[in-house]
Amino acid sequence: MTAAWQTYIPKLEELARKLGLDWDPVVFEPVPDSFMTEVAVYGLPVRMPHWSFGARYIYQLVQRHMGYSRLFEIVFPGNPGHAYVAASNGLADNILVTAHVLGHADFSRNNLLFRRCQEQVSEHIVEHAATHARQIERHIEAVGTEAVEQVLDAALSLEQYVDVDLPLRRERYPEYLPAAAALADDEFRARYSALEAAAAPPLPRKVRAPIPPRPERDLLWFIATYAPEMEDWERDIFLAVREESFYFYPVYATQVMNEGWASYWHARLLREADFIPQEAYLDAIKCHSDVVRPIAAGEQAALSINPYHVGFTLWERIVRDAGLEAARALMRADDDFSFIRNQLTAELASDMELFRYQRQENGQIKVAPDDIDALRESLLQERYNFGAPRVTVAELRQDGTLVLQHDSQIDGRGLDPERARKVLEYVQRVWRRPVLVRTVDAALQAFEVAAPGVSARRGSAHTSGLTS
Amino acid sequence: MSIGDNSGEQPAINGWYELFSRGSRDWLRHSEKVREAVREHLPQIVAGSDIINSGARTVRIPVKLLEHYRFRLRAAADAQGVGQGKAKPGDVLGQPSADAAPGHKGAGGTERGAIELMLEFKVDDIIDWLWEDLRLPNLQPRGGGSEAVDWKREGWDRHGARSRLDRRRSLREATKRRALEPESPAFIDEDLRYRQLTRRPQPAVRAVVFFLLDVSGSMTERDRQMAKTFFFWVAMGLRREYRYLEIVFVAHTTEAWEFSEADFFQVAGTGGTVSSSGFGKVRELIESRFNPGSCNIYLFYASDGDNALDDRARSREELELLAKLTRYIGYVEISPNALRTVRTETIRLFDEMTAAGHSTRRFSVTSSDDIAAAVRHFFTAEAQAGPAGGAA
Repeated sequence: MTAAWQTYIPKLEELARKLGLDWDPVVFEPVPDSFMTEVAVYGLPVRMPHWSFGARYIYQLVQRHMGYSRLFEIVFPGNPGHAYVAASNGLADNILVTAHVLGHADFSRNNLLFRRCQEQVSEHIVEHAATHARQIERHIEAVGTEAVEQVLDAALSLEQYVDVDLPLRRERYPEYLPAAAALADDEFRARYSALEAAAAPPLPRKVRAPIPPRPERDLLWFIATYAPEMEDWERDIFLAVREESFYFYPVYATQVMNEGWASYWHARLLREADFIPQEAYLDAIKCHSDVVRPIAAGEQAALSINPYHVGFTLWERIVRDAGLEAARALMRADDDFSFIRNQLTAELASDMELFRYQRQENGQIKVAPDDIDALRESLLQERYNFGAPRVTVAELRQDGTLVLQHDSQIDGRGLDPERARKVLEYVQRVWRRPVLVRTVDAALQAFEVAAPGVSARRGSAHTSGLTS
Repeated sequence: MSIGDNSGEQPAINGWYELFSRGSRDWLRHSEKVREAVREHLPQIVAGSDIINSGARTVRIPVKLLEHYRFRLRAAADAQGVGQGKAKPGDVLGQPSADAAPGHKGAGGTERGAIELMLEFKVDDIIDWLWEDLRLPNLQPRGGGSEAVDWKREGWDRHGARSRLDRRRSLREATKRRALEPESPAFIDEDLRYRQLTRRPQPAVRAVVFFLLDVSGSMTERDRQMAKTFFFWVAMGLRREYRYLEIVFVAHTTEAWEFSEADFFQVAGTGGTVSSSGFGKVRELIESRFNPGSCNIYLFYASDGDNALDDRARSREELELLAKLTRYIGYVEISPNALRTVRTETIRLFDEMTAAGHSTRRFSVTSSDDIAAAVRHFFTAEAQAGPAGGAA
């Protein structure tokens, strides 16, 4: 079966090239289903160990067991890219998957956001992640599971807080404020400097810049850089998690576009391939329609969207109305935010039967009136910043207290205080000074959450005792 | 999805992918953490009294997946989102479901539906946790107690069970023999030496624990259940700790009876409370069956404390006698609510005993969550106080 499938790969690639797709080579590898599940959970083929992945893994197994979802392929961009294909796929699945992967590979090579992030983390994130995992295993051997786990608890709970608009490798903030620009020459200054006593110019006073000079979005970087008593291996872990987040960001922020693009191309490649046997073609098309189906069979409406369906429909429409070249230009330049805001029209939304819903006070869910702007924003709301609330570093106090600020104005609500406290508890163990976050309470009044009095002293004695 | 062409041919998979087990490994770590977390809720586990009756060696406890916390927004009353399907403005779609939020792979907080797991804990493990930081009453050998007979290793013989073959000694015999007859084979049957066992009396460290339970009408089903749960865990713990431990079960109303263990945990009664009957019964049993000089006797008494008023003097008298025979008397009062401020008859009695210098303690239990604390209380107290001398 594999042999049969593999004869189709070069043929599909040739067809794709003819249609203008442009990608870095992809290595296809059939892998067992268990491995597919792991990759889906960890996000990378080899990644650092953490108990939270174990919980997700079981969750996935249960889902898979109940037949909720099935994975056909997972592709990692890079040069070469890696495509893992479920060994349980049939020939038709694999033909479809191959075409789909070529679409992804074209997207990740040409999309600006992907390229920018790839420039930062290089094309070898898969290998880097494996290296991180190995390093962390070594730390575990050196200091024990619990000590490493504490750091991973903190780092992974903040994994969404990176700033991909700044480089992966960043310098510390300048230590002093730039010297004030010399005052403009005027008559008074001329006469003043003519005075004998004023002949010696006053020494320029250096003023320390506040840390951070402006609200800092990259919590992982900030903590790794400015934590007062962090061990080197702990910084390594924070920076490893951060690098992986840089890799995940474009995957996350272009999900609709990317899956839509890949779905558009698998459909088109299959349509235009004259070398696929009739039977396999029909099966593949059936599989395609399952993938891009808006809602599960037998359901009236779902409270979520299928990004495959939305993306696929948008690209179909764009190519039909504006042509392939225009579509490719959008594919290069956009991310989901610009893509959905510019391309999702009211007409398309109603064609796709998208609707906005609102939960009522009594827990009922009510469909809201049509409003395309509100619908777009609602759709995008959970996509900013990996869908996490906006939290930045506001201040590093003299006593080492780390003050975080939640932007409740944009998010419209305060942080869940219980969870925030737990996160701060994780963070405080590595920061080793008090940590607090400013947010708002249920009545939108200013409200501060601090980690319960974890003794920073004890934490540091504990870990340094282990490393020495 | 079933798709044709699958003619039983195995796809060529790189074998080593099968070896990946990170998911399972991290899952095991998760389970370990769950166990640690459950352990911190020991009182609640101990309170689950099903085990007493079912006789199972494991306890099943429902647990949720642990959450790895991240920053999240407060749940909003007017949460909104985008859905897809046949719905017109104004339609009502029913209740929100936990996994309505679109999940995604890789980073980010995926919404976890409520998966509940049943974790199985060995009763032995729970006892370990419960008793691990308790120092148990230090049993002292009592004079004249040489009744216990134990098997001891003693001497060697040419015959015996294979498991007791002494290899070193057998080898030595063979070497000796070959020194005399160099041509003989390396081993013959005559070389083999087996260790022998004989029965030898051992100095006895015996303990007898009396569980005395008030099953009078004023003790509700719940009260009795709490008392029994307490006794259950004490018995389990003591039994593991001591090789020669005898537990005697006594229940009383206005009269007292001895029960077998199985019956004791099922027993229920009606009638008034006359503690002295119970104390008297215990004393009677001690006198007829045990020699206070050669064994350590402990008594644990559970009651709601509503002893009949006219029994005060007799109880005191009986208890004084018992205190002379035993090393330690613990009293668990099962109170219906924590706010009871009046000292009950029995508490008054025990306080007087303690004040008079007897080795007695009391502890009040109001809910089943207190049971673990009660076990702790008695056994740490016993260890700290240290039984006063005792007739050696």
